[in-house]
Amino acid sequence: MSKHNYTEKIIIYSLLILWAFICLFPIFWTVTTTFKIAPNVQKGDILPWIDFVPRWKGLRSLGLSPDTIFNESTVRDEFLKRFFNTFIISTCASMLAVFLGTTAAYGLSRFNYKFGPMRNPDISFFFLSQLILPPVVLAMPVLVLYRELDFLDTRIGLILLYTLTVLPIVIWIMRDQFNAVPIELEEAALVDGETVWGSFRRIVLPIVIPGIVSAFILSLVLCWNEYLFAALLTSTDAKTLPVMVASQTGSQGINWWSMAALSGASIAPLVVVCIFLEKYIVKGMAAGAIKG
Amino acid sequence: MSNLKSYTRDPLYVVEPLSINPTKKNFGKCLVWGAFSLMLILAIIQYFKSNGSISFGFETWRPVLYAYIFWGFSIGYSRVLIYGEKGKRSLFVIPAVMFIISIVIFPLIFGLYVSFTDWNLSSFEGRKFNGLDNFYQMLSDPYYWNALYNMLIYIFFVIVEFAIAFGLALLLNANIVARKFFRVSFLLPLMLSPVAVSWMVGKSMMEVRFGPITKLAKTLGWDSPAFFSSPEIAKISIMVMDSWTYIPFMMIMLLAGLQGLPREVLEAAKVDGATKWPMFWKIIFPIMLPVSLTAILIRIIFKLKIADIIINVTSGGPGGATDSVTSFIFREYRDRSNVGYGTLLAFVYLICIVIFMTILIKIINRWMERPS
Repeated sequence: MSKHNYTEKIIIYSLLILWAFICLFPIFWTVTTTFKIAPNVQKGDILPWIDFVPRWKGLRSLGLSPDTIFNESTVRDEFLKRFFNTFIISTCASMLAVFLGTTAAYGLSRFNYKFGPMRNPDISFFFLSQLILPPVVLAMPVLVLYRELDFLDTRIGLILLYTLTVLPIVIWIMRDQFNAVPIELEEAALVDGETVWGSFRRIVLPIVIPGIVSAFILSLVLCWNEYLFAALLTSTDAKTLPVMVASQTGSQGINWWSMAALSGASIAPLVVVCIFLEKYIVKGMAAGAIKG
Repeated sequence: MSNLKSYTRDPLYVVEPLSINPTKKNFGKCLVWGAFSLMLILAIIQYFKSNGSISFGFETWRPVLYAYIFWGFSIGYSRVLIYGEKGKRSLFVIPAVMFIISIVIFPLIFGLYVSFTDWNLSSFEGRKFNGLDNFYQMLSDPYYWNALYNMLIYIFFVIVEFAIAFGLALLLNANIVARKFFRVSFLLPLMLSPVAVSWMVGKSMMEVRFGPITKLAKTLGWDSPAFFSSPEIAKISIMVMDSWTYIPFMMIMLLAGLQGLPREVLEAAKVDGATKWPMFWKIIFPIMLPVSLTAILIRIIFKLKIADIIINVTSGGPGGATDSVTSFIFREYRDRSNVGYGTLLAFVYLICIVIFMTILIKIINRWMERPS
């Protein structure tokens, strides 16, 4: 019996370690390639300090290595601009989506609405059905509309579209959260003379803060990585990181270390977010699973 | 008794004052119509200006947009003025509904018109209506049908992803040490942008001469590994990369399902002497079915949008073998600026998706209702 248990343990752990290796190796590879020079890349060296001597090659090309960080660097300015754009666009879009989605989900879980022929289930379906709308359908009409509105290549234009793409997901998560909050809490508050909006803000919102955080983080991840709209709707001012990375890969004669540095830097913030806020990400995705 | 009543009234019932000041009511109505006519007037002026019929007006359509936003706000405010407490309640939903209508419905209607025009952004002619020509062109466009066919293959691949994700979820649910470490590292690929992944994995690790995966394949006995030259292998390579980023997504959903399994049932089965394998197929898998189907459904929805990796690694090649519909239309837009035709293709795709998803959901619902 105990021997059988032992082999089972070995199988489980070896599978776990194998998959962890599959997940982590590309990240490890990208980070180490940042510090390689051409011969290292061609020989396929893997382990730093053992196979090759790490140099500041990649980060220097971005102007982020210790010896260049205080100098002028056009590449760094460009990179920081894209980084800042991505940051602004994804946080604003997520905040807007969380605001719209939270209020809508609360309303739908507490009151009966009637907009023309549409009742609550229809309105919910209307929101969630936006999820299956492929972005490419919207891309061209929006491009033409944005040109008329002078929204092309602006951050606000992308923010609006990104808000739209993550809104159904936020509503999905928040609907679950609100259904779990007992209505009696608000009824008690209303008896005490609170208004509907007052009880929403002071009683219900504090309870669902964890849910809001996970909805926010999930939206942030999706917006940060979005490529299609950004590639079609921006050219110079509002370009985001994924577009910058993509445009660099397109040019031939790939500069391995600088590409590695660039992709590494573009994924770093979300890797940090994942490590520290993993709990919330898991919670957000689990919300959809349980209720369906 | 209370059940019947609560069906007609709100889950959260609010007692409200009955009388609403009639002046307020009228003011609310005036506000909405005023804002609406302001927007209409601005829009008409702008239309004639862009036509060239009149010389005054604004540079862009932005003032119309501002008037539109003002109109939206006044609709919300007037609900409160006209309906009092009841109106305040509708304020929860109105912003989101208006937002979606203005960003989805308007462009969709406009796009529907564009899809029946011959419009190339790079030519000087501007758009002209050409009826069903785009549609006929689509019918004889082998690359589009090829892309649709590829999508079917990609969707079938979801089953493989599901199997792997289920296995990983079972592993994570087992009694293990360092669970937090494994969960974080399993989750990491989901955080990476597909564009970065297409460089990290597709362009560098699968590089023909010295990528580590190529080297691994060589040591495993594949003479000259090339991941993107033959159609079948290129498809598989794309799928592997896409799965790598999205397996964590399904895994987490399934893990949540596994953790919600009723403990008593599992204990009872153990007491009855059920061994691992039958216990999985007879007990865990059936209970997990709803969660599994939800995960698969959502994964398919995301899969239907697959484009970033394809655009950046193969741009559809070799010979359209890896093209997804989205990446095909993307190139139609960006490389050929063929707006009219591309939009029609996108609309046909949308219709296909809606039909496909409706059938899928119907099948799943029927299957779930069937007594097992």
